[in-house]
Amino acid sequence: MSVAAANRRMLVKLVVIAVGMFGFGFALVPFYKAICDVTGINNLVKRDAPVNTQVDYGRTVVLEFDANTHGLAWRFTPVQRSVSVHPGEMVVVEYEIANRSNVPVVGQAIPSYGPQVAAQYVRKLECFCFSQQRLEPGEVRRMPVQFVLDGGLPPEVNTITLSYTFFEVNAAAGAPRAGGAG
Amino acid sequence: MSAVLDTHGQHDEHAHHPSGIMRWVTTTNHKDIGTMYLWFSFTMFIVGGIMALVIRTELFAPGMQIVDPDRFNAMTTYHGLIMVFGAIMPAFVGFANWLIPMQIGAPDMAFPRMNNLSFWLLPPAALLLIAAQFVPGGGAGVGWTMYAPLTVQAPMSMDLTIFAVHILGMSSIMGSINIITTIFNMRAPGMGMMRIPLFCWTWVITAFLLIAVMPVLAGAVTMTLTDRHFGTAFFNAAGGGDPVLYQHIFWFFGHPEVYIIAIPAFGVISQIIPAFSRKPLFGYTSMVYATASIAVLSFLVWAHHMYTVGMPVEAQLYFMYATVLIAVPTGVKVFNWVATIWRGSLTFETPMLFALGFLFLFTMGGFTGLVLSIVPIDVQLHDTYYVVAHFHYVMVAGALFSAFGGIYFWLPKWTGRMYNETLGKWHFWLSFIFFNVTFFVQHFLGLAGMPRRIPDYSLQFAEFNVISSIGAWGFGLAQILFLYIVVSTIRSGKPAEQRQWEGADSLEWTHLPSPPPYHSFETPPVLR
Repeated sequence: MSVAAANRRMLVKLVVIAVGMFGFGFALVPFYKAICDVTGINNLVKRDAPVNTQVDYGRTVVLEFDANTHGLAWRFTPVQRSVSVHPGEMVVVEYEIANRSNVPVVGQAIPSYGPQVAAQYVRKLECFCFSQQRLEPGEVRRMPVQFVLDGGLPPEVNTITLSYTFFEVNAAAGAPRAGGAG
Repeated sequence: MSAVLDTHGQHDEHAHHPSGIMRWVTTTNHKDIGTMYLWFSFTMFIVGGIMALVIRTELFAPGMQIVDPDRFNAMTTYHGLIMVFGAIMPAFVGFANWLIPMQIGAPDMAFPRMNNLSFWLLPPAALLLIAAQFVPGGGAGVGWTMYAPLTVQAPMSMDLTIFAVHILGMSSIMGSINIITTIFNMRAPGMGMMRIPLFCWTWVITAFLLIAVMPVLAGAVTMTLTDRHFGTAFFNAAGGGDPVLYQHIFWFFGHPEVYIIAIPAFGVISQIIPAFSRKPLFGYTSMVYATASIAVLSFLVWAHHMYTVGMPVEAQLYFMYATVLIAVPTGVKVFNWVATIWRGSLTFETPMLFALGFLFLFTMGGFTGLVLSIVPIDVQLHDTYYVVAHFHYVMVAGALFSAFGGIYFWLPKWTGRMYNETLGKWHFWLSFIFFNVTFFVQHFLGLAGMPRRIPDYSLQFAEFNVISSIGAWGFGLAQILFLYIVVSTIRSGKPAEQRQWEGADSLEWTHLPSPPPYHSFETPPVLR
């Protein structure tokens, strides 16, 4: 093969490489998107999960739940006995009440805390104890308590017991009285 | 040794080749084209240098002095583009044109007409880059990296710039094809690939890098162009694109580009140092492999230019380690040069001074590069003057000093006349001192937090900026001396010997007179 012919063959090969690399530049576009999809980075459509910077992950407090009734024919139980929470974290727990009598009953729950100092650090946003509860005969109801544990909780408190007691508001159903404390 | 002389050379079709300007327009002679490349490159060096002086004069004192911020941004942009694509790269292509056929015993480049075309594409591209300063809206102040999305909003000068980059890219690719084909196919009989001078090896590797990455840059600027005018949204987040993608594509080109500039400089240094040490290069084979591994690694480290865009820490770690790895083959090269000097019979003519200046300052630039490769440090130093100092140590003290050294080294061969050694040494020392005055203090500015590409700065940076600006003017004026030296050498230098440097042993010194005949090695040389 003459030098000129060899040169032409080499020219063709090198031009093919150059053209191929021009295509490669454009191939980087879908390649980049695929990498981002697979690794889940840089996805502009997916909303970022909000990170709550107020949560103190370095501290865990156990909350125990207790339920009592006073003079009502209700079954009243916490759905979970206890949860471990970080201060600042939003927590939702549930209680269940059932009216075992054959008349409608109105009740009001009163919370208490052990230790007592914890009362001001359990910041309730939603609670069945905010209002009176009226249950028809045989009715069963699940009710949430939503709260955030304040970060100012004294460091020696590692366990908080949250206890509710239901009191009957009046024996005759209806005619609710004002009342009910958080 | 047998000098292959064809002194009555002008025969056949060459007997009536055009004279005057048409000789240069129509020439297919590698020596003519090499000369044109070098003069073009020097012209662009002056243009880019004037832009640098505008920048440094503006930065002489805090507050706004001589240009408005848009013009300042345009100056930083076109200074970078013109120096990289107009000055440094064509300079080494000029060396390649002049030297490769003579060093491998070939009569000319493989594709002489394409060679002519690849040179004559450069002046239009340069005119586009210069004209971009004068169109409505002024030059595009987007930085030489041309990051999206700013480029999508830039004035029409951006389009001129994009076309200029396209043309320059085509020129480089054609030049590279020519170089690879010449070296692979047209070596003198008996000259195996591991016997070619190291300068030729560095150009083989550089040419492959160019063929691989210039098309990628062309793609990136094409996407920018279609984003600007044809409704695509490659880099426009509003249309589903991603500006960070531009940075990835650009630096996939951009990092090999760093070595496209540096590797031919390594080649020139690898010719000069053995000649003035009067010893063969310490480790030829290891030098070839080190250069090749630098080239391969250069494809794997691009994102170290963009640590701060918000990439996963795993990616940052990978790019950091891969970048640090490049220090290994680079270290092989530096130790090779030092070991060549070791116990050599040294003399310190101007080319050797520039080579030693290169060795000293390029190594410093390499070390600041290592500093910047470390993610936590880079996050601090990103886009500060530390980066500016770093890359000027590798671009100016690396590539430019190497080009100066190469010109002094081969000027006796090319012109047949010897330059003025005293003035050459003056040129070296002025360049060396003023280079360091200009750029060494920029390390401190960067460490203190001065951002790059901003026309104004806080008062606490004032003193170092004064020093840097004085150094820049000194460095710029010293280059007038260089022009004088070259012109006076061509006009009235003392005749040079065939083998002006007795330590130089490649074919252009051993087989060809000074100056070489217009057509050399029409019959291949006989190798011992």
